[in-house]
Amino acid sequence: MLSVTGYILWIAGVLCETGVVVCAIKKGSFRRYLFLNLYMAMSVVMSVGRYEVLSRFGYSSAAYLYFYYYSDAVLTILLYFALISLYALVFGELNASRFVRLGAVVLLAGTAIFSYAVVQQSSARMVTHFVVELSQNLYFVGLVLTYLLWAAILKMRETRAQLVQLVLSLGVYFSLFAATYALRNLYPSMTSVLLSLLQLFGFVLPLAWTYAFWRFSTDDRIVPARLALVPR
Amino acid sequence: MMAAFIFACSVVLLLQFFISYCRSLIAASARQSLSREVRDVAGIAQSASGEDFARVVQLLQLCPESPEDRAGIQAVGAYFRMLNFVRSTVARVMPSLQAWTEFERAQCAYFAAVALERRIASSRDMFAQQMDA
Repeated sequence: MLSVTGYILWIAGVLCETGVVVCAIKKGSFRRYLFLNLYMAMSVVMSVGRYEVLSRFGYSSAAYLYFYYYSDAVLTILLYFALISLYALVFGELNASRFVRLGAVVLLAGTAIFSYAVVQQSSARMVTHFVVELSQNLYFVGLVLTYLLWAAILKMRETRAQLVQLVLSLGVYFSLFAATYALRNLYPSMTSVLLSLLQLFGFVLPLAWTYAFWRFSTDDRIVPARLALVPR
Repeated sequence: MMAAFIFACSVVLLLQFFISYCRSLIAASARQSLSREVRDVAGIAQSASGEDFARVVQLLQLCPESPEDRAGIQAVGAYFRMLNFVRSTVARVMPSLQAWTEFERAQCAYFAAVALERRIASSRDMFAQQMDA
């Protein structure tokens, strides 16, 4: 059974995710960042679905466990495509969108094959293990890709404030999740504590994106030299 | 072994992204000038210094909170605490780091003052709307 705090955090999370989409629509950024908003909207839908399964079958049921991990994998893939859409925005002026899309699909397929290769040893519940492994690996691939995108932003002296904020907050989110999943692999006995931490970290992205959509318009610019740790 | 490598990489990149994120928040507010009124209230005479941050944040807490700037203020608050930690530990043996943390702390204070300016303006608008109603 989920605790009262767990339910409060869950509801707060859904409200924050809804807030991102509402802010984006209100500020006219919904279509520009379509995949980011689709990810947030899908997170809300999945949360409602999880609540439905939880109330029908219970917290410790196999149905909830399956639904949780499968929906998590779908959301991770969606977030991966949201990241790729940011690549398309940054490299849009170079007419490199086709290469970005192709590279993204190849990398996703490569991650899926690698995850399959890792879990094929365990015969029991292989599909479930594959889904969990794929999510974890995609978080790390997402982190590396976000870092490369950030390096490209600095190199190309990108000045769009909203875009910079969205990329950096995604980097913080991916690194938090990748670190937590890695810790979970290192210390399986800490799983329950780490799952609670993941629930808290889940607030980072919706809060940061709401701020980016609310505070900045698509035309707002920042000085690129102020972003690099080492002055340029 | 693989998990430990991923953990180490993630922590390093987390730090890098977090610092850059906070700097982008601060950079966005750096171009906004402060009104004389806010400078007087916050006690910022010429340019902001790191010592002003705590006082400005206390003033921010006195204003009605607006949910849209809460995330930014919390992030910069965490960044300021991190800078304080660096200043009292590593920066003691590295003078160049000392100057950098001082500059960054001052920027955090300026960011908080800009947020204070926004909150005061928003409170005034709210008050005016209530008076009209």
